[in-house]
Amino acid sequence: MELKDKLISSFMAFENNVDVDSPIHDIRTEAIKNFEDEGFPTKRQEAWKYTSLDAVLKHDYSVFPKHESALEYKDVKKYFIHEIDCYKIIFVDGKYSSHLSQTTHDDIDVCLMSSALSKPKYRLIIENYFNKIATKDGISSLNTAFSAEGAYIHIPKNKLVQKPIQIIHFSTGREGALLLQPRNLVVVDENSHVQIIERHQSLTDNPILTNSVTEIFANKRAIVDYYKIQNDTSSASLIDNTFINQKQESIAKVHTFSFGGKLTRNNLNFYQNGERLDSTMKGITIIGDKQHVDHNTLVHHIEPNCESHQDYKGIYNDSATGVFNGKVVVEKEAQKTNAFQANNNILISDKASINTKPQLEIFADDVKCSHGCTIGQLDESAMFYLRSRGIPEKEARALLMFAFSNNVLDSVKIPEIKTRITKIIASKLGVNIGFDL
Amino acid sequence: MSKYTEDDLREELKTKEYEYGFYTDIESETFPNGLNEDIVRAISKKKEEPEWMTEWRLEAFKVWKQMTEPDWPNVHYEKPDFQAISYYSAPNSKPKYESLDEVDPELLATFEKLGISLDEQKKLTGVAMDVVVDSVSVATTFKKTLAEKGIIFMSISEAIQKHPELVKKYIGTVVPQKDNFYAALNSAVFSDGSFCYIPKGVRCPMELSTYFRINQAGTGQFERTLVIADQGSYVSYLEGCTAPSRDENQLHAAVVELIALDDAEIKYSTVQNWYPGNAEGKGGVYNFVTKRGLCEKNAKISWTQVETGSAVTWKYPSCVLKGDNSVGEFYSIAVTNNFQQADTGTKMIHLGNNTKSTIISKGISAGKSQNSYRGLVQISPRAKNARNFSQCDSLLMGNECGAHTFPYIEANNKSAQIEHEATTSKIGEDQIFYCNQRGIDTEKAIALIVNGFSKEVLNKLPMEFAVEAQKLLEISLEGSVG
Repeated sequence: MELKDKLISSFMAFENNVDVDSPIHDIRTEAIKNFEDEGFPTKRQEAWKYTSLDAVLKHDYSVFPKHESALEYKDVKKYFIHEIDCYKIIFVDGKYSSHLSQTTHDDIDVCLMSSALSKPKYRLIIENYFNKIATKDGISSLNTAFSAEGAYIHIPKNKLVQKPIQIIHFSTGREGALLLQPRNLVVVDENSHVQIIERHQSLTDNPILTNSVTEIFANKRAIVDYYKIQNDTSSASLIDNTFINQKQESIAKVHTFSFGGKLTRNNLNFYQNGERLDSTMKGITIIGDKQHVDHNTLVHHIEPNCESHQDYKGIYNDSATGVFNGKVVVEKEAQKTNAFQANNNILISDKASINTKPQLEIFADDVKCSHGCTIGQLDESAMFYLRSRGIPEKEARALLMFAFSNNVLDSVKIPEIKTRITKIIASKLGVNIGFDL
Repeated sequence: MSKYTEDDLREELKTKEYEYGFYTDIESETFPNGLNEDIVRAISKKKEEPEWMTEWRLEAFKVWKQMTEPDWPNVHYEKPDFQAISYYSAPNSKPKYESLDEVDPELLATFEKLGISLDEQKKLTGVAMDVVVDSVSVATTFKKTLAEKGIIFMSISEAIQKHPELVKKYIGTVVPQKDNFYAALNSAVFSDGSFCYIPKGVRCPMELSTYFRINQAGTGQFERTLVIADQGSYVSYLEGCTAPSRDENQLHAAVVELIALDDAEIKYSTVQNWYPGNAEGKGGVYNFVTKRGLCEKNAKISWTQVETGSAVTWKYPSCVLKGDNSVGEFYSIAVTNNFQQADTGTKMIHLGNNTKSTIISKGISAGKSQNSYRGLVQISPRAKNARNFSQCDSLLMGNECGAHTFPYIEANNKSAQIEHEATTSKIGEDQIFYCNQRGIDTEKAIALIVNGFSKEVLNKLPMEFAVEAQKLLEISLEGSVG
């Protein structure tokens, strides 16, 4: 049976386990209809021109894992940013793992989507924010239809959250191929500040497909710092849909580090619904083998005096393919917009390829919008310089590549993440040069 | 003198009427509306074409019937009814002329109004004109001089008669019949166009030029141009268009094929000023053109275009860089005003080693127009050391227009070096202030800035054409081009 049909018929089984009388369920029912009409995206769609899901969708994924799998902290510790104290929301095969997690209701809510959806005290927030900015395309609708579990974070006014929040999705895949659909909601009220780290980690060789939707609301003067670490196994694929709605003077930053996974697709959408706000998205992609990473970004400038910055670096080895499709839309009212977009790529092997499409759609005249994109190789003369000073070729190459991606790392605010990323980069490049890159 | 501001300019742009809108009353021979196999056959018969050409057209027609119009461009318009168009129209005075005296005086007057008096052109510019009015060549000059060099420059229908071997060998090799909807349509029904062949090692001594005009109400214009530069030759080809005012939309679906064999160079310049519709967005020409060039070893093709007209433009002059060390260039200025929509750009397909391409695109949007750049740079896995530089700049005048950029970059070889940059801006108040401060009034300042903005492209136009280009630019941006 086709995956699409299977999912549609599973929806009935899903209905048995959720409260069908809640208003949320109307949203789900509408979403499954949407998915039925739209289906999975194909290469015929402009936004998916360079990414085919065929290879990923051919597996017979189980939609509801039957067993709960327990994990020991010591076995998975390495996937945590364990050097610092964090709030933790941990899922194993889509189920909440209470003994790995550390949630809170003290002033702030760092807990589960399932309880947020069912408990009356969260109703107002859910009514105001749930599924308000997620798009109605096939893939997001599919997530909405099956939305039940995920992280729920609500930071009320004037709170500086001291500890970062880690969200990790483990998959043990004990039962074979597995489809996970986490649904996250992050609401940050006026003047508050939060840092979030998200990771998807497969612990199996069985195919795993994650279709995640995260809605983030940064209200007035809020600061949201979001880090996505994608360093999964070669059998795991991820479709990440993140939607960020910003109010005036807020700052939202998303860093995406893509180092692994069979297929990774990042749909990152910023909607600027307020004046004088700032959106930043940065990414480093270093992949090899037959991996495929697709960054699809959208910044929608709706109001005046806003800024957006995009900076994506990519290094592609072996038969890896990279895609960057960045879109900046500036509406008529969004005068004095300052939008900047850069995408730099290095191809290392003959079989690697990169498709990039930095797009501008501008309807306002008093704006400063620019984009730049380059594809090239490492500078031969710089290589020569390093080698003439006794640095072996591999290390010299690694140094240059590190320098190439460094300005993305520069804006990472949590030092432990920076260290972790540099270690991953060093291991990706297969070097150990005696100091932390 | 009252201050001339950007607002004034905008106002002036809005109300500026199409100056060259007039209609010459030449009795034309027109086919009934509609398109079917019989019409295709009839066109072919009318032109006394050989059997293979008729078959070629029919093949294209068969493919066309199964195709649908593309809807991916960033333009919105009422789809033309292809059965409501007459597919053939030719001026009645059929015989060819050797000298100007024989030409229909009314036609000559038309050219006079356009400012392209043949006498003047002949004497002053040394340009040989293959003048096309409604699809059939009526005057070809300088033919004899060209003939001495062995250069063939004639209408394509004449070429089909006189040089069938060349036409048969090259037609459809760069733009195949089934390439796209409009190319297929053109292949089936093309009425006329120009044919040019430069023999081995010959440097064409003058700029070759063709004027296109749409002249007959309700007549689609389907031009077909084929330029072949044999090994080591050089040619510079100019194409310019103006069209009279019309209320109903007119369709123009041309195909241009360029073939540059080893070491050859083709420079193809276009000034396009089809009727853009009036200030309310009524009327205007639909311009759906397929232009493509093929470069063999060490060859070079350079496209330069100044686009000021058409209600809807859909045009992507492209280069297939097949041979090693071949070079492709694209320089474009696209000006849109009122309700004009332009979706234009280029494709650079790098197939050979050490191939180089340059793209410079300048878009100026005013009024309620939409101006899009859409380009593709593709590096095939076997193309080593390919190099591309692209730059797309947009200038916006007023907050009701839009500027869009859709660059596609596909690199499949690690040795490729690609740079792309794009900017969008308006004329800065500080720039105007700087000029004012130095005693340059605002009108001149705007002229200066717009001129400077498009200079990189204007510079690429041949001398003889630059004047014409300026003149045509003025229609869209009067008061801003000094």
